[in-house]
This record gives sequence, structure tokens and C-alpha cells, in this order.
Amino acid sequence: MSIIQFQKTSKHFGTLKVLDEVDLAIEQGEVVVLVGPSGSGKSTLLRCINGLERITSGDLIVDGLSVTGGSSQLRQIRQEAGMVFQQFNLFPQLTALENVAFGPRKVRGASLKEAEQQARELLVKVGLVEKASQYPAELSGGQQQRVAIARALAIKPRVMLFDEPTSALDPELKQEVLTVMRDLAREGMTMVVVTHEMNFAKQVGTRLIFMEHGTIAVDGNPVDVIDHPPNQRMKEFLQRVE
Amino acid sequence: MQTDWMVVLEFLPALLSGALITIQITVFGLVGGVVLGGIAGLMRAFGGPVLNLIAFTYIEIIRGTPIVVQVMFLYFALPVLAEVRIDPMSAAILAILINAGAYIAEIVRGALLSIGRGLSEAGLALGLPRWKVLLYIVGPLAFRRLIPPLGNQFIVSLKDTSLFIVIGVGELTRTGQEIMASNFRAVEIWSAVAVIYLIMTGTLSLILRMIERRMRIL
Repeated sequence: MSIIQFQKTSKHFGTLKVLDEVDLAIEQGEVVVLVGPSGSGKSTLLRCINGLERITSGDLIVDGLSVTGGSSQLRQIRQEAGMVFQQFNLFPQLTALENVAFGPRKVRGASLKEAEQQARELLVKVGLVEKASQYPAELSGGQQQRVAIARALAIKPRVMLFDEPTSALDPELKQEVLTVMRDLAREGMTMVVVTHEMNFAKQVGTRLIFMEHGTIAVDGNPVDVIDHPPNQRMKEFLQRVE
Repeated sequence: MQTDWMVVLEFLPALLSGALITIQITVFGLVGGVVLGGIAGLMRAFGGPVLNLIAFTYIEIIRGTPIVVQVMFLYFALPVLAEVRIDPMSAAILAILINAGAYIAEIVRGALLSIGRGLSEAGLALGLPRWKVLLYIVGPLAFRRLIPPLGNQFIVSLKDTSLFIVIGVGELTRTGQEIMASNFRAVEIWSAVAVIYLIMTGTLSLILRMIERRMRIL
């Protein structure tokens, strides 16, 4: 059973079809890189997985649960699918440690001690334990994004969703985030990543999906399809991002 | 023109008890106003169409009519319409409560909506129910942005109590008016009244500034 399964999934905003009957199965352990021109539906596809966007028709099954289910089922899906945002979205009133401990505390009802112990371990993992008591505003963009990854991992998800995680970062800060993501992939985490980082796609991705007009135009091995784009639109797209 | 500032001293106890009534109306009215405004603001920001319309109608009616008319309505028209008689003090408190509530509702709505959608999404993405996102993330952040405009409203409401002279509540302005009518010491009495208002609003400003300083605006 695939961990994520799109079944003729469509998403409309008014009359605009952002996703058009998408069929896609993602297996456990895959690192799927989603690319495509802006407006092609890649972010929407990602955001449908954890129900931040509600699908219009078809079905979408995540870890055996449909995103069309009620709100408690949706919350269950969200605990299985952690998300990292382009703009980090750390809670500004909380320290790095409190941000990471927040999910376990408020969602899973963990004790303060237990949550902070685990948060500290996750901050070690993303290399930021010395920043535990700093507020987000006191951290660089790259550091904020690494804390955000730790925050998403804290609820022990089975899948990690990344929505352009390095697009808001300066080139020299991108690498520290990509390194954390690479380590995560190496541990076998299932990941779906919307990004323009083609090197990351080649080195870490196990599968690349190129989207166009709300449909999957190309689906294949990252190295193969980046080096030999099977589609003219994708060729043009690659020339523009590189 | 001769002034005699000793007059102020003579009538100070009367003026201070007037000020006490002003404070009572303000405090009770605003406590209720914050609760009512908080609820109406939440209804405006997150309520469905029905709740939103109810809150919207309330806010528009109150913001669109003068507070003097509102208190006159409560005190003179309500007994005729519904045969509920209320004493001037209750009418005054109720008027501040309803009036301030409408303005506070808009302040609350604005503060809630000023918190970026991304933060709510980050909370939802962790698997939190919507009410917890509001309680733990949006609420605390919005509260910090609430304080400056709320302080403004508190001061406006405090001064608005002077309008209740029209229904004969013995607050500070009414007291000053009565003293003036008996001794015609306009300069002394109105100066004293003004200074007492300044002391009250000044204290309020000071308290609000202290709260603001203790809380970083994020």
C-alpha cells in the first residue's frame, strides 16, 4: 500500500483548474522532487497531501486515511505528514526549543520535560542546540529553516513535505538546509520536495516529477530526466532555472 | 477678573466623588466592553456568514450613531418600548459597554487578521485543531498588537462618560456643572475638572505603557 495515493485528484480555485485529475502513488522511502513552472500546481499538490488545500474531486489517501474525511481524520493525517514552509513560519513568541517542543506538547500532550528533552535532541540533529534559547528573529534564515524542520520532525511524521524550503534563502544559506534534508533522506524518511534545486534533485531525489498545467508531465529518475528531458517544456524550464 | 482657587479646595470632595463615579462607569463598562468586543471581533474574523452578519450589524449600528443618542435610547426609549426601567448608573455603564464593545470588536478583528496566515498554517500542519491554533498561536500574537489601539479606546470611553450628563448621572462633569450653577466659578471649577480628567487618562496611559513595555510587540 502506497503511503500517498492521488486518485484522479482535482483541485479548482473557482473556474481555475490547478490540479486536473492527478493519479500518483508515492511509496515509503521515496524522495520525490516536484518541479515545474509557477502556477503548474506543484505547491497545491503538496498542500493537498496534508489538507491545507481541500481537494475538489477524486480522492487522496495518506497513510490509509482519506483527506476528504472529517477534521479529526485530517488532524491525524497532519501528524503523519510534517510540513516545512518557504517562509519558515516559526512561532515568533517562542524560542527555538519551545518551537520544536510545541507540537509534542500541544498535539500529543507530552509533558514539558519529555517534550523539551526530545526537542533538544532534534536541535542537536539539525546542528542548532546552542541556539535553543534564541528567538526566531535572532536567527538567520537558514537557522530558522533548520529549526522549522526540527519542529516538523518533533511530531514524528512518516512523511515530510517541503514547500520550496530554500527559495527564501541566500545562496550560502541554502546549503545548510539542503544538508539537513540530505541527512534526513539518508535515514530513509519519505519526502516530497517542491524545489528548484536541480543538484539536490539529482543527488538526493529518487524520483522527479515535472508538472505542467495541473498535470504530471514527466515522472522518472531525476538524473535521467534532468540530463535528457523527454519533453520540450521541461527542457526550456530547466534552462531557465539553471 | 478675579479668580479664587480656594473654591476648588472647598468643592474638591464633591469633585472627587464625581470622579469616582466616572471611574466606576468606565471600569465596569470597559470590562464588559472587552468581553463583548472580543466575542464580536472573533465572530467577525472567524465566524460563519450568520455570526459575521450579526456582529457586523451590531458594529455598524453602534459606530453609526452618537453615544449620547445611545444612552438616551437606553434610558428614555427602552422603558417605553419594553417597559424596562433602568437607573441612570446602569444605563451609563451599559452605554459604555455596548459602545466600546463595537469599537473593540473592530480592533480585535484587525489584530487577529494581521497575524500572517502562514503561522496558522504552521499550527494546523502540526495537527492542531483550529481553536488551539487560535488559543496558542494567533491569540497571543494578536494580543500584543491589541494593546495600543485598545488603550486609545479606553481613553475615549473614559472621556465619553462626561456625556452622561444628559441622563443626570452624578459623574465628574455633572458634578462640576452643578457646582458651577451655584457659584458661577467657571474658570476654577472647569480647570479643576479638566485636571482631574487628565490625571485619570494619564494614569491609564501609564498603565498601558507599562504593559506594552513588558510585552515585546512581535
